[in-house]
Amino acid sequence: MKKTIITVVGKDTVGIIAKVCTYLAENKINILDISQTIVQGYFNMMMIVDTSRTDKHFGDMVDELGALGEEIGVLIKCQKEEIFDKMHRI
Amino acid sequence: MRGTMINIYEVAETNQMIEKENLDVRTITLGISLLDCIDSDLERLNGKIYRKIYEAAKDLVKTGEDISREFGIPIVNKRISVTPVALIGGAACKSAKDFAEIAKTLDKVAHEVGVNFIGGYSALVSKGMTEADRLLIHSIPLALSSTERVCSSVNLGSTKTGINMDAVKLMGEIVKQTAEYTKDADSLGCAKLVVFCNAPDDNPFMAGAFHGVTESDRIINVGVSGPGVVKTALSKVRGENFEVLCETIKKTAFKVTRVGQLVAQEASKRMQVPFGIVDLSLAPTPAIGDSVADILCEIGLEYAGAPGTTAALALLNDQVKKGGVMASSYVGGLSGAFIPVSEDQGMIDAVAAGALTLEKLEAMTCVCSVGLDMIAIPGDTKATTIAGIIADEMAIGMVNQKTTAVRIIPVIGKTVGEKVEFGGLLGYAPVMPVNRFSCDAFVNRGGRIPAPIHSFKN
Repeated sequence: MKKTIITVVGKDTVGIIAKVCTYLAENKINILDISQTIVQGYFNMMMIVDTSRTDKHFGDMVDELGALGEEIGVLIKCQKEEIFDKMHRI
Repeated sequence: MRGTMINIYEVAETNQMIEKENLDVRTITLGISLLDCIDSDLERLNGKIYRKIYEAAKDLVKTGEDISREFGIPIVNKRISVTPVALIGGAACKSAKDFAEIAKTLDKVAHEVGVNFIGGYSALVSKGMTEADRLLIHSIPLALSSTERVCSSVNLGSTKTGINMDAVKLMGEIVKQTAEYTKDADSLGCAKLVVFCNAPDDNPFMAGAFHGVTESDRIINVGVSGPGVVKTALSKVRGENFEVLCETIKKTAFKVTRVGQLVAQEASKRMQVPFGIVDLSLAPTPAIGDSVADILCEIGLEYAGAPGTTAALALLNDQVKKGGVMASSYVGGLSGAFIPVSEDQGMIDAVAAGALTLEKLEAMTCVCSVGLDMIAIPGDTKATTIAGIIADEMAIGMVNQKTTAVRIIPVIGKTVGEKVEFGGLLGYAPVMPVNRFSCDAFVNRGGRIPAPIHSFKN
């Protein structure tokens, strides 16, 4: 399994999760976990996904999700899990 | 075994560090040995150097960019360090001009592979100078004024050998000459020239990076940063005691270093070059909030330079190491807090407010890494005075068994109170006053200062 963390931050609007999930489904990316909060009116979502079955190049996924975010008006980041794991787990 | 799954708050914390607090990996530096390039023919030597570096480093920038994109962490610089060129050019170079040709080759290949600096235009003369060392040192002003990306360093002393005062005197003159040669650019050449005591073989940071002869053929070293992250963490524990303060710095340093370790291992794997070390330095930039001086203020000082500064810096430096060594098994390079003036807005503010002097900076270098760094002084400062400043700094390193350095810029045509603009990561600096009393007779004695005794420590 290749875990990737997708974060979405921005103003809450209708259909954010739907659009992100559609992109992931189209690219054979399996969602393992979703959590979300609203901080000071801002929508904050994190997804843990498995990218081991996708044919997408990781860099392209970063760009395409970023572009999708721009379309909806939110910031979407896509990062390999290790950076968080290394930082927060001994 | 992996612990529990990463949660949204941890992810948010990491991304806050990156987006708001300037967390980045400051440099991936690829060390390349040039020992197998040695040739008695200058043209052949230059050809071999170019090809070796090009082959080794052609994927460096792309690899750095890929890692940066995949993990979402900025990697600010991709750089190269090479074997000290005095060792490589000795057989081929008959003059200072010959050496400067090697500098041009390094510059050319640096442009070609897209790195912003290449270090190792260096000589190691802590005890004595060979003819090649002398020629290379004499070529520094020409080399640095006729190239853009080449960095030069000279090791003038060590705890084991003492201080080579002949070389110190010479470097006073060379710093001055380099300033003259680059006076149209505010003596920028001197920003690419550093002298050391106890220079490390595996330093990834410029201007002092070179690939030591004890290293393998190629190596990846990584320098982390993160003053803004430390400052933000400390702002949450205002008024707490020293124990809480130290714990907070250690935890933060651990997190910052782990990112460096991850990037180093990834770069090593992708380029199939062994991983060397992570350098745990807190390296500031002129960006607001990316300042070591601001950390000192957060610890409780009105300005960097106020009484208590040396103690606060000692504490900071030590906690950064304590947190960092837990995060990486191989720590090396300079590893400590950098206190450059021009590259740190808080330092610049402290100088402007009259809180920070050259003498206080010297005291601060006793307890942190590097030394007198990126300090602009009046252009009419005598070469012997610069040599005296260098000698003082070398003595601190020699006696305290640590690395010290001087990167000082006598700005031709400018005097105290004026401002100098170096641009980019090098920042800007106010010209600082220098003690005007003479040390001519001291510097002109010639010879060496013997190595210090290592017992009777009081």
